[in-house]
Amino acid sequence: MIPENLKYNESHEWVKPEDDTATIGITDYAQSEIQDIVYVELPEVGTQLTHKTEFGVIESVKAAFDLYAPVSGEVIEVNETLLDAPEQVNESPYDDGWFLKIKMTDPSELDNLLDADGYQAHIEAEHA
Amino acid sequence: MLYRETEQMKRTPLYEVHKSLYAKFTEFGGWEMPLQYTSIVKEHLAVRNTVGLFDLSHMGEIDVQGQGANELVQKLCTNNVSRLTDGQVQYTLLCNENGGIVDDILIYRHADNDYTLVVNAANIEKNFTWIKTHNDTEAEVSDTSDDTVLIALQGPRSVDVLYRFTPENLAYEIKPFQFCVAQVAGNTAAISRTGYTGELGFELYVDASDAEDLWDALYPAVIEDGGQPVGLGARDTLRLEAGLRLYGMDMDENTTPFEAGLGRFVKLDKDDFIGKDVLLAQKEKGDLKKKLVGFQMLDRAVARCGYDVYQNGNLIGKVTSGAPSPSLKCNIGFASISPNTEKSIEIDIRGELHPAKIVKVPFI
Repeated sequence: MIPENLKYNESHEWVKPEDDTATIGITDYAQSEIQDIVYVELPEVGTQLTHKTEFGVIESVKAAFDLYAPVSGEVIEVNETLLDAPEQVNESPYDDGWFLKIKMTDPSELDNLLDADGYQAHIEAEHA
Repeated sequence: MLYRETEQMKRTPLYEVHKSLYAKFTEFGGWEMPLQYTSIVKEHLAVRNTVGLFDLSHMGEIDVQGQGANELVQKLCTNNVSRLTDGQVQYTLLCNENGGIVDDILIYRHADNDYTLVVNAANIEKNFTWIKTHNDTEAEVSDTSDDTVLIALQGPRSVDVLYRFTPENLAYEIKPFQFCVAQVAGNTAAISRTGYTGELGFELYVDASDAEDLWDALYPAVIEDGGQPVGLGARDTLRLEAGLRLYGMDMDENTTPFEAGLGRFVKLDKDDFIGKDVLLAQKEKGDLKKKLVGFQMLDRAVARCGYDVYQNGNLIGKVTSGAPSPSLKCNIGFASISPNTEKSIEIDIRGELHPAKIVKVPFI
């Protein structure tokens, strides 16, 4: 099931807004397609993210995948546990496998993202 | 971000079987092949611990038969094919006049003047043309790739699975790099004790029309023994850990066997073969421009094919294969670098240098 309370990038990142901060991760669909995540490379606290541009990399056994920021903002917290336990992204993509918390600079960017229904349709189209 | 199927790829006779097992597919050498069924790590560990079932029908088979076949294969191969007896298999390289590797292959000797060459998928046509062009004998060269399916059983339990489907104790009697033709679950197969995983294993060559029958017989037995089907993703990590080179990545036509660290498969004391002069000179001078080495990353970063390799601030080569090792739980790879004796290197991963050390292969 795709959580209703999140917003989604077409590149399979989710964002959970709370006031002017937002938590970012990748979706369950993305982790199941990528499989066997062994390494996560994330920006440091203080880094400025830009809507729809790369902010990090995840590596599976097979390949590296770029991560794209769903919204712009400054990184205020990084999930350090992923450095030693990247498999948490596979095991718990919406909870323990979160990547970053950011302070959003333009919350109106959220309006450009997909809701759960839109994301479901997007996955189905990608798989067709 | 995710794997895509593309058009105009060849499919093996087992394509629908893989689909029904929910395989994810990937392009390899012009073929649409199973990348993974469940997870690369699970499939990898199944082969190390129990048994894996592979469809390797993308591999090519070229027969060289008839008067003159002995001479022809001896001229094409760097290894000494004349040492083979009937029912033996040999790993060898085909080189061009410059000593560059045309392909790395297995050669099967059925009988005097009767051989099958098993070649890499992407090189089937190139090899077929290469062999025909250099054939100045009466031997006949035929490409039987489309009629042949290759199913592999690899892993410590592979022999137990095979035993159930073969006559008497045959499965336990075939020695490494031997093969024989026998019935497997009622299908005539060339059973070869070979593989590309570093484990005990068998490769079964059958007629394409028997492919599903053989797979359907082996599959439940593999599952029963704790194994599973295995895709090309795990095949790549398995061969890497075992220190086995992959053509097109770790070697190509601009790499000599010595540069690829495969000198032991070049027999310079045998009669003339293509590339011998250049290889002899290279061996005598000992001045390799590059050398393939194994490395292990010293942090968690993953080095991939194509990344630059540095030593003391100087660019000394490139990564040719790199992946996380599911068995060793660290990141390993091959790199082609300027020969030297220092063990410390650094690899440029997305603009940052990460430490690595040169280690002995095989990695496991």
